[in-house]
Parts: sequence; C-alpha cells; structure tokens
Amino acid sequence: MTDVLAAFAWLADPAHWSGVDGIPNRLAEHIGYSALTLLIAAVIAIPIGLAIGHTGRFRGLAIGLSGALRAIPTLGLLVYLAVVTLNLSIVPPLIALTILAIPPLLAGAYSGVESVDRRTVDAARAVGMTEFQILTKVELPLSLPLVIGGLRSAALQVIATWTVAAILPVGGLGRYLIDGLALRRYDEMLAGSILVVALALVTDGVFAIVQRLVVPRGVTLGKVADVRTKEPRRSTRATTASATADPAAPSQLT
Amino acid sequence: MFASKRGRIAAGVLAAGALLALSACSSGGGALGGNTSSSSSDTITVGSAAFGENEILAEIYAQALEANGVKVTKKLSIGQRDVYLAALKDGSIDLIPEYSGNLLQFYDKNSTATSSEDVIAGLNDALPSGFEVLDQSKAQDADSYNVTKEFSEKWGVTSLSDLKKVTDPLTVGANPEFGERPYGIPGLKSAYGVTATLKPISDSGGPLTVAALKNGDVQLADIYTTTPAIKDNGFVTLKDPKNLIAAQNVVPLINSKKASDTVKDVLNKVSAALTTEDLIELNGENQGASKTQPDVLAKEWLSKHDIKK
Repeated sequence: MTDVLAAFAWLADPAHWSGVDGIPNRLAEHIGYSALTLLIAAVIAIPIGLAIGHTGRFRGLAIGLSGALRAIPTLGLLVYLAVVTLNLSIVPPLIALTILAIPPLLAGAYSGVESVDRRTVDAARAVGMTEFQILTKVELPLSLPLVIGGLRSAALQVIATWTVAAILPVGGLGRYLIDGLALRRYDEMLAGSILVVALALVTDGVFAIVQRLVVPRGVTLGKVADVRTKEPRRSTRATTASATADPAAPSQLT
Repeated sequence: MFASKRGRIAAGVLAAGALLALSACSSGGGALGGNTSSSSSDTITVGSAAFGENEILAEIYAQALEANGVKVTKKLSIGQRDVYLAALKDGSIDLIPEYSGNLLQFYDKNSTATSSEDVIAGLNDALPSGFEVLDQSKAQDADSYNVTKEFSEKWGVTSLSDLKKVTDPLTVGANPEFGERPYGIPGLKSAYGVTATLKPISDSGGPLTVAALKNGDVQLADIYTTTPAIKDNGFVTLKDPKNLIAAQNVVPLINSKKASDTVKDVLNKVSAALTTEDLIELNGENQGASKTQPDVLAKEWLSKHDIKK
C-alpha cells in the first residue's frame, strides 16, 4: 500500500510534469509511437484482411501466418533488429511492434467481412454492384464494428508493449519502467505502470465508443424489425435499447 | 544476448523471479537450498557468480588447488552477488573469485575508495569476521569509457582529462543508472569538468552499446574492460588519471578457516600471473564462435602458467 501511495506521490510531484523526462512529453511520445505503429500495421493488415474476407481465399494461410506472428517475442525481435542493423532509433521497435499489431487487425478485418450475411452480399450482387462496390459499400460498413474491434485489441497490445522498447535510447512511458528499475526507483516504476494502464483504459474506452458509432443505421433498424416480427408492437424503446447494445458483443470474437 | 557478464539486465529482469525462488530456498536451509552443513574441513568448495568470466576464474582456482593436492568441490554459476555471498556466509561455499570495488560497495555502501590499494584497504576493514581476501590480481573487470579510434585521433583524446578539448556535444551510451552514479555523468562533471548527456541503453555494455558507439549515436560508451568487443572494434579505452571509476581487481574471497598456507600460496600465485589481457582472451574464446567451456579454458590457462607451491 505504501508503494502505491509513493507512486501517486511521484505522479503528483510537479517536478515530474515538465521537461524531456516529464510526464506530458513521455505520454505524448508514447501516444505518438503507438499511433504510428497502429497506422502502419492497419495500412498493411486491413486491406489484406478485407480481401481475404471478400474472396475467401488464403484464409488458412492468413490464420496460420498471423498465429505464427503472434508467437514472435517482441523484445527479442527488436534487440535482434537493433544489433543487426546497428540502428538504435525507434525504427527497430516500430517494426517489431507493427508485427505484433498485424494479427489482431488481420483477424478483425477478415472475420468482419465473413460475418456479413451472405444473403445481403448476394442481394448487392443481384442489383448489379461490382465486386469492389460490394466490398466498399456493403461489406466494409457492415464489418466496421469488427474491424474497429481488431484495432482496439491491437491498440492495447501496442500501448502495453511499447514500454519494452525503452531498453534502447528511445522515449515513451517505458523510460520510467526501465530507468526506474536500473536505479531502483520503484515509485517511478509503479507510477509509469499506472500511466500505461490509464492510457490503455482510456484508449479502450474511446475505441468502445467508436465501435458503437460505426454500426450502420440500417443494421440497428433492421434488428428492431426482426424483433418486431416475433413480438407484438409494445415497447419500441426497450427493443431499440437492446438492439443498440447488441453490436458490442461481436467484438469479443476478436 | 543478455548473458553479458554481470548483466544488470539479468539482475533486473530475472531478479524478481530469482529472488523469490532463492528466498524460498534460504528460508528452508542454506542459500543454495538443502545442504547447509559445511563440507569436511580439508575440502574447499569453490563457488562462482553466474557469468562466464567468473566461472572461468573459479575453474582456474579449483584446478590450481587440485593440482597442488587440495581436495576441491565446485558449485558454480550461483547467481548474483547477494545470493553467492549469502552462500559463502552459511558455509555452502568457501571460496569465490570476486571484484574488489563491487565487493567493497556491497559491504560498505558509503565507501569512496577508488584506487586498487584504497579499495583493498577498505575491504580488509569491511569484510565480516571469518572471511578474508587474498592478494589481488592485476587483472581488472571494471567499467570503462571507450571511444572509437577515429574520435580519439580527431580530438587527440586518450584520457578522460582530454575530453575538455572536445567542442562537439558528448553523449555516453550506458545503462540508465550511469546518469546518477558517481563514476558516471555526475563524476565526469565533478572530476574532469566534462558535461555529457546519457543515452540509456540497457545491455550493460553489450552488443547494443557497442553498436551505438560504432554508428556514432554516442561518442562515449561504458563497456567492461574485459569485453572482447573493445579490441575487436579497435575502440580506445580512455585513461582515468583521477580514479573516477573504482578499481575492480580480481581477488579471491575465502572463508578464513579454509585458508591454509598451501591454499593461500597457490591462489596468490594465480593472482600474480593473471592479467586483464588474459581475461579478454578467455572471454573471447568463451563468448566467441568456439564457445569453449570454462573448465577447458582454465586448463589451457594453467598449462601456460606454473602454479606450484
């Protein structure tokens, strides 16, 4: 308990809120590194995932490959990259963490497209949409909650794991953990951990909200209609509420 | 990779688990678990820390003693200092190769001694009763400031006092604690009037630190003096005329009850023959492509030196 108090005392100390090693700068670095990692990983993984989901081809390969990527130890990979390339900048951890972020993004994208009702896709095809139009105008909007779910899961892993990159001379919240450990400043270590946890929780909350907002209006309305066919028209408000709560559930699949 | 000697990484990353495991052991018995009874009075148990160089030294001690008719058992690769010194105290081991400066810091945190002589004098006062250090060797495994050959030639720098001539900003690649230790950034300022900034690289002068110095990310790097990479890359180790860095001479730490005249004589002869260059060479063979085992390396070293009482 005293350790936790010491950590909060550390957080409250104004001396830790300014300068290069101050919390605002380290937090900004951490968010910047994590956002850049997610962006690169998303640009690589989401188009591939959508293509796999749409065509149904290479699905086994994607599952196997992303499973294998998950097994690569990030710390080992980033040290290896740094030693082999003689590069001690943020590039080695950026590559290692991009590899960490790809599997959940890929899984979110292809399972999202796969989850779209085949009858809907057939209907789109029947009205004369091209395959690209089907992907972008039907499958992508309908799969967005799962795609965002993949992003949400990847974001948590990336935010948590960027801390290990601080064994190299890079910034971010990992500095508090690695430097605190070396100097046996355990209040600083615990404070750094609290900051990482807080950042992860806030990010998770933001993605949870986004995940709800991206559910196409038609899906929500459609669900209400489904319910209505089974039950007599009584409490529209209650059924709407349960329908809006529902889209959050598929995110558990990722 | 993190098996780099005296790995502070290892200390950090593994400490939690290792200490838990070992504290569990020591509550049940000796620091090495189970057998606490001292070995019979005419047998010496040689221990070592858990890194290559120290195991080689322990093998040299053990084989030299055996060659002179002393009965020896070995308990090598025991872990970090706090663990093996506890093992020495409870009689699980009787003899271990140590490094003078760090050993003194362990028993006397306030010691400011840095020269080899002062450190040994301090040690003789600070060691718990019943234990003693024998003659220290010239061989040292200490922190050292290193620069590239190009940097040394460009600025005419061969010593820490020459660093004042350098007008470019200086960065030092070293473990994070280097920023606050007396031999690190603060000491550089107070003893030599040199201002430098730290680039924290947590691999205890290992391959990442070497890489940073090679590619110019840092101008100075803290690397242990017995690291083969210093020679392999042609780095220049800066002299330390003001003894900023505490001496780390190799010295046998022994339970006084086991320090018979024969034992003392043999170990003192080993210490007299051993040099820092020997350690660099032995580490090179141990860590390099051949990965020669400590017992083989010790045998080779002893075959080149006549250690007879």
